[in-house]
Amino acid sequence: MRAAESVPARFRVGDRVRVRRADPPGHLRTPWYCRGHVGTIERLCGAFANPEELAYNRPGLPAQPLYRVRFKATDLWPDYREHARDVVEIEVFQHWLERAVE
Amino acid sequence: MSGASSDTAGYYRRMQAAVEELLILKGIVTPEEVQRQVDAMDARNYKRGARMVARAWCDSAFKARMLANGSAAAEELGLEVGPLKLIVVENTPGIHNVIVCTLCSCYPRMLLGIPPEWYKSRAYRSRVVREPRAVLAEFGTRLPEDVDIRVHDSTADMRYMVLPLRPRGTDGWNEERLAALVTRDSLIGVARLPDLG
Amino acid sequence: MRGVHDMGGLEAGRCERDEHEYEQWEKRVDALMMLLSAKDRDLLKVDELRRNIESLGADAYDRMGYYERWMHSIVQTLLQRGVITIDELGRKLAEKEARDARG
Repeated sequence: MRAAESVPARFRVGDRVRVRRADPPGHLRTPWYCRGHVGTIERLCGAFANPEELAYNRPGLPAQPLYRVRFKATDLWPDYREHARDVVEIEVFQHWLERAVE
Repeated sequence: MSGASSDTAGYYRRMQAAVEELLILKGIVTPEEVQRQVDAMDARNYKRGARMVARAWCDSAFKARMLANGSAAAEELGLEVGPLKLIVVENTPGIHNVIVCTLCSCYPRMLLGIPPEWYKSRAYRSRVVREPRAVLAEFGTRLPEDVDIRVHDSTADMRYMVLPLRPRGTDGWNEERLAALVTRDSLIGVARLPDLG
Repeated sequence: MRGVHDMGGLEAGRCERDEHEYEQWEKRVDALMMLLSAKDRDLLKVDELRRNIESLGADAYDRMGYYERWMHSIVQTLLQRGVITIDELGRKLAEKEARDARG
């Protein structure tokens, strides 16, 4: 993919990021349960066309960087009863992420 | 029944036949292509993943390549996976991995074929991210106390397979014998492979 | 609003070990999706399929079987794209119903 067709990656492995608490209509691939939560960038998967636009047969370009973000289960679920070190890892597109200020 | 609700029995079967016929009339697909596609998907099953696991257990350089790029590793073994972007996640003595797609049913189909019905169910998709051990227990799986869980939610372009722990008691086994030990459920992470003897 | 499909973390019942061999029509639904979404045809994007499934509404989503949702969604996408018309689909369905009735 030509450089002009993908947005530059803003985050690096280890960065703390928050999933935006947005609620647009349409087809979204950022699950409800992680919105508003803070996680750690586990890896950059590459840049991919935006599924929110592809869902309307639009090209979804420029491609958005896609990251795997690691969340502590105890952060996601206030009543989490299993292990303190359990995690949930989710693929989140860059446009849903902002740097976390903690 | 196959999962068709009772008041639509036959309706969607007829819909599929009608749409297929229209697409054939319009020259968009041929009946042979549809059958080839059915056959190709039927030929994909968990044994393809089992071969990758067995090779990784025997060859640490392959394992490293597989953990870095699962699709390239599959192709090394002659497993055609098309556009699949596979991430293989490794179980260790301290970490157990489980795969889900909470939003629909994303699964490494081009490697492993069609996912089981329970993987697409409301119960699994809702609960495994929130109470993974309770869900694993319903599959008859209990993890040792000192093992932590990583749940992977396939929300976008990547697809996942678990590299299970190699069972104890298999020293010197060849790849074919090792591959036969691997179950589909261990590749999804709802089961572990028992140690032998 | 949380979509009906966006169910991670919600309460739900026991996981039943539901496995079954898919019927031929279900496998052909899967095959149509693969063929239509292939790059050389691009008559359907997987993302359009998902959007149309997610638009089903909670009641239909839970009542319908997996491949029923897919077939509904393939039809919606092809109609939206103008690949087929409602009239020709309706006539073809009527043919199928008549054939089924004859037995």
